[in-house]
Amino acid sequence: MGGTGDAGGTAGSGCVVCAGWGATLPGKQLCATLYVGESGQGGWRLRGDGVHAHNLTLLRFSKSRRNSGVVGADWPDVTATFCNSPTQSLTGRHALVCYAARVSAAGSLPNPETPRHSAVVRVTHWITVISFFALLISGAEIVISHPRFYWGEVGNVMTPPLFTLPIPASRDRVPTGYGYVLPDQNGWSRYLHFQAAWAVVLTGLVYAISSLWTGHFRENLFPAPADRTWRAFREVIAKYLRRAPPEEAEAHSYNVMQRTAYLIVIFVLFPLVIWTGLAMSPAFDSAVPAAVIALGGRQSARTLHFFVSGALLLFLVVHVAMVVLAGFKSRMRAMITGRAIVSRERTLERT
Amino acid sequence: MSPISRRKLMTTGLAAAAGVAGLTAAARLAERYGLIPPDHGGVYGPGETLTYAAQRLLTTHSLAREFPRSMISKLPFANETPPPNDDFKHHQASGFSDWRLSVDGMVARPASLSLSDLKSFPVHSQITEVACEEGWSYIAEWIGTPLVEVLNAVGLSPQARFVAYFSIDKDWWESIDMADALHPQTFLTWGMNDGDLPVSFGGPLRMRVPRQLGYKSVKYVTRLTVTDTMKRFGKGLGSAEPESGYAWYAGI
Repeated sequence: MGGTGDAGGTAGSGCVVCAGWGATLPGKQLCATLYVGESGQGGWRLRGDGVHAHNLTLLRFSKSRRNSGVVGADWPDVTATFCNSPTQSLTGRHALVCYAARVSAAGSLPNPETPRHSAVVRVTHWITVISFFALLISGAEIVISHPRFYWGEVGNVMTPPLFTLPIPASRDRVPTGYGYVLPDQNGWSRYLHFQAAWAVVLTGLVYAISSLWTGHFRENLFPAPADRTWRAFREVIAKYLRRAPPEEAEAHSYNVMQRTAYLIVIFVLFPLVIWTGLAMSPAFDSAVPAAVIALGGRQSARTLHFFVSGALLLFLVVHVAMVVLAGFKSRMRAMITGRAIVSRERTLERT
Repeated sequence: MSPISRRKLMTTGLAAAAGVAGLTAAARLAERYGLIPPDHGGVYGPGETLTYAAQRLLTTHSLAREFPRSMISKLPFANETPPPNDDFKHHQASGFSDWRLSVDGMVARPASLSLSDLKSFPVHSQITEVACEEGWSYIAEWIGTPLVEVLNAVGLSPQARFVAYFSIDKDWWESIDMADALHPQTFLTWGMNDGDLPVSFGGPLRMRVPRQLGYKSVKYVTRLTVTDTMKRFGKGLGSAEPESGYAWYAGI
């Protein structure tokens, strides 16, 4: 790959060629949003008012093959406007290399100011944050009443534990080795735990249905085919280890590590924590005995619930740490207002 | 930010109106089908109501898991409490021969039953798990008289909504809805693991509600009352537990 000019490469069937864009897209305004992955390929979405959107894969030629910028387009009578910075319009000639473009059936975008995070994502994110903290605090309080864990169906102070947390308990009948008993907080903790669980489950349903509907999972969370390689993972990890600053593209899109982490949280850890939690309900188990039998019994469900919650807590810690490292202000602004901050210098690279 | 369009405003307004109407209708239906718990007020009321309503719909007729005899815990944990009062000690000294269970409220024939009266009903047993809200559990065989047998014998009113039951310990009383009261596994338990029910496990008489957590299984039961509302009992929250901050419904 390489070369300059607005002449594009060739493409196979089902593809449009860059050189033909001016003709294919008669719109006056084009909107381009970058959703670059980390593997060396840049994904583009070009949308014009009233025209079919084209899902284009572009390679920007630059020092490294890993592109991170937003590339302009050049047509005599077409202006390219960038979604995230609508004030920047380009009319000059810009170097670009195109090697393939798929025509997608995605609809047109009426508002060129595409937010970094959709309103649904932002609202459900923050409700989940509040609920998760409520679940964490109340869950910890409930554990304190019996900080012993078992495996199988039954377990109590008369039976050997699988492991014991080295903390005092809030009930005097639990042998902890501590000479004192903490105040009992289980009443409100249990009320709060289930209320927050409902909040997170209902929020999760809204998020999941909306994400299936809008293609959020497909577009923003499932890694692009080119990124489904160990090499793609290694590159991201290497970058993290070098403590390289986040690339411009990461203000607009998730890299393959982020995508994998979010997918695990959404499709593995949350379902598991709900399942193991419900399996501890004697009433639920009377209706769906398989829920607890499959986990190996009531005490196994409790122990697994503890570990899955621990995994979610670990995710939370890493997630917040990464947000801080990537730029706390800009990432928070993106999740609150929906708008990402784009630094100009990195956006435009003229040749 | 684009200005809010008229269409958007109208759709949002309609959706909000539909939401309010839907919630009102849902609340009315829930009330009618007994899906509102007595402790539905307060900050945690919405969560509690959702939990109770969802579990009640899901578990109306479901049976608590029963286990093979080999799974009976060798060392069950009694969570023993000291004898509640002098009254209880007198009963204990006389081998509980004068222990009575009074049955009153919305029944045709209020009764006072001795332990032997109870044992003259068909005897049932179940091997089920006691799970405490703290997290521990054990399995035992519970032998007793299904509550539904007693309720049928005294002539249950069709208006009945709850059965409240009281321990000889004045501070311990509970209530269950009719789905649990008429449930075949809800026992007035007087035997455990082929013997009498030990005092530490609630003997001579314990209400056993296996589809709910341990605290609904009140020990030393002396009275039960059938009622159509829990408003006149204690603070009207359904049982003693919500008065000390615990949920009335303990199915989870």
